[in-house]
Amino acid sequence: MTATNGTGAGQLLQTLRSASHVGSLPKTPTGISGLDEVTGGGLPRGRPTLLCGPAGCGKTLLAMEFLIRGITQFNEPGVFVAFEESVEDLTANVASLGFDLPQLEADGRLAIDHINVVRGEMEEAGDWDLDGLFLRLGAAIDSVGAKRIVIDTIETLFGAFSNTDVLRSELHRLFGWLKERGITAVITGERGDGTLTRHGIEEYVSDCVIVLDHRVTEQASTRRLRILKYRGSFHGTNEYPFLIGEAGISVLPITSPGLLHSVSDERVSTGVARLDSMLGNGGFYRGSTVLVSGAAGTGKSTLAAQFCDATCGRGERAMYFAFAESQAEIVRNMSSVGIKLQRWVDAGLLQFHCFRPSLLGLEAHLFAMQKFVGEFAPSVVVKDPVSDLLRVGTGADVSAMLTRQVDFLKGRGITALFTTLNAPNDPVQADQQIVSLVDTWLLVKSMEGNGEHNRLLYVLKSRGMAHSNQIREFLLTNQGIELADVYVGPQGVLTGSARQAQEAKEASDGTARLGDLERRRVNLERRRESVEAQTATLWRAFEDEADVVESLLSDGSTGTEDRAKQRVEQGRLRRSDADEPESASDARDIHVRTP
Amino acid sequence: MNEITGADVAVTLDEEIWYLRLYVAGESPRSVRAFANLKSLCEAHLAGHYEIEVVDLVEHPELARGDDILAIPTLVRRLPQPLRKIIGDLSDTERVRVGLRL
Repeated sequence: MTATNGTGAGQLLQTLRSASHVGSLPKTPTGISGLDEVTGGGLPRGRPTLLCGPAGCGKTLLAMEFLIRGITQFNEPGVFVAFEESVEDLTANVASLGFDLPQLEADGRLAIDHINVVRGEMEEAGDWDLDGLFLRLGAAIDSVGAKRIVIDTIETLFGAFSNTDVLRSELHRLFGWLKERGITAVITGERGDGTLTRHGIEEYVSDCVIVLDHRVTEQASTRRLRILKYRGSFHGTNEYPFLIGEAGISVLPITSPGLLHSVSDERVSTGVARLDSMLGNGGFYRGSTVLVSGAAGTGKSTLAAQFCDATCGRGERAMYFAFAESQAEIVRNMSSVGIKLQRWVDAGLLQFHCFRPSLLGLEAHLFAMQKFVGEFAPSVVVKDPVSDLLRVGTGADVSAMLTRQVDFLKGRGITALFTTLNAPNDPVQADQQIVSLVDTWLLVKSMEGNGEHNRLLYVLKSRGMAHSNQIREFLLTNQGIELADVYVGPQGVLTGSARQAQEAKEASDGTARLGDLERRRVNLERRRESVEAQTATLWRAFEDEADVVESLLSDGSTGTEDRAKQRVEQGRLRRSDADEPESASDARDIHVRTP
Repeated sequence: MNEITGADVAVTLDEEIWYLRLYVAGESPRSVRAFANLKSLCEAHLAGHYEIEVVDLVEHPELARGDDILAIPTLVRRLPQPLRKIIGDLSDTERVRVGLRL
């Protein structure tokens, strides 16, 4: 499920343009990646544009690419007038970028005219003008039907002619003439002292001025491009880094200037079951950006490796950029915690790119990453650790570069996991530059206490998911990462052996309680037995008595007769010693009393 | 040789033929003026030893490449070597002579 909405930078530029200017200025697209976005559609059509900057900043190449893309992409033939480099040099220089100048010339779509100007060669004797140059250019333009022209670098003429007043007025006439012919021209100029160009030709070329720069900050060089002026048009005013790559120039921030990523509801597992459940329902969002930050030795790389392992386990591709360790080191170190990465490398699902950040400048780094990612098409990208990039550039530069990386990766629906290494005493500050970029931020902390150091993990933020607020202990086991509940008690958070001790104590307390209960149950049983025994005894006594009573009741009448008989018998026995009647009166009394 | 005359020059440069090429743009006044100036200078100093070729770049712009012509008019001394270039309508005779090493 994907969704795209919002206002893109293109639309924004469009809106601003139409608001600031009535009627639209016709533009000639350059076809150079990013430059058309910055200029809002290209260079002013039929007018000259000044391209200036110091030596080696890429002026000639940019101008050449403008011509070649015009020919190959927009079917606009072009003329290249070279005052500095010979045709052979030019051809060789751009051949490495895949531009075949001789072929374009043979096709009649490109004319290259090298004008060799030798300093001080000419004597000036009387009035002159530059009709020769005009005629040459005119002939070259007509020979291919050119719509575009590059003049590189016209200021060389100032070395050839001593009468600069005439030269200036002639250059002024030249630009007017090019305008009249409706040719879109790029004029290059070398930066002067405090001026845009050495001889101030920006006075004559005033429709559009693009400044290139080539700066070295902390030993890393970055090329930048800025639209200084664009008469009658809205344009981006920032300095945009640009790169000269294998396919020509790319002006970089433009890969995805607006927040127009499609978003996914799909979750991807982190590789740690407990972490998946901490993040609500099954892990990170696909295409989201995750930051894992922590001090040294907190297990950030392991977390990243386990994420890669899980990704490859699903049959997806993962790309691991390592700035601190080599591939062999990572594979070995991770296998010690049970994460077997080599099998994924062998299966072609995992690709490592390990290099020191100082190897490339920031822009080159971004470019390389985009190239690798474009070729391998991974679904997960790990950069470990991005904080190492701070060695290459300043914080603002790195953060700008990461922004573009995040845009690039998000634009492709790639889930990215960045790690940052924090100073132990400043755990959060270092991340501030990139925190707003990330969707999920996991913090790994180490805790010292009881003579040991333990790891804690918690989810500091996770956009768009109900995540756990709990701190978990982060354990590196033989089977990878496990998360355990920490013990929170009156002494604070307990981890490591303290937690184990607490668990053991609780376990033994439990046992003790269990014993007590058992004892009481046994006692109760015994008591029940004794009560039952007593009851049985009582019952027996009662039954005996009842028997007696019963038997007495059933024998009641005979008893009386017996006693009477007894008396009679006694009387009879006594009578034997005395008189008989006494016994008869006894018997009579008994009869009387009996009724 | 306090005074240079056509005859003197002819004697001095007997064995040398001056081969001059003048680049012009059509019949523009400046071009016409340059040719006239050149002609009179040559007649004055190189009588009988020079050849002037006029190249009209309006008609043959492709010929501008050969001598790297930018300014009009341009005078090129093809011979004697080395090659020399003088631009302008050649009205400044002294500078032309300096330029041509005449």
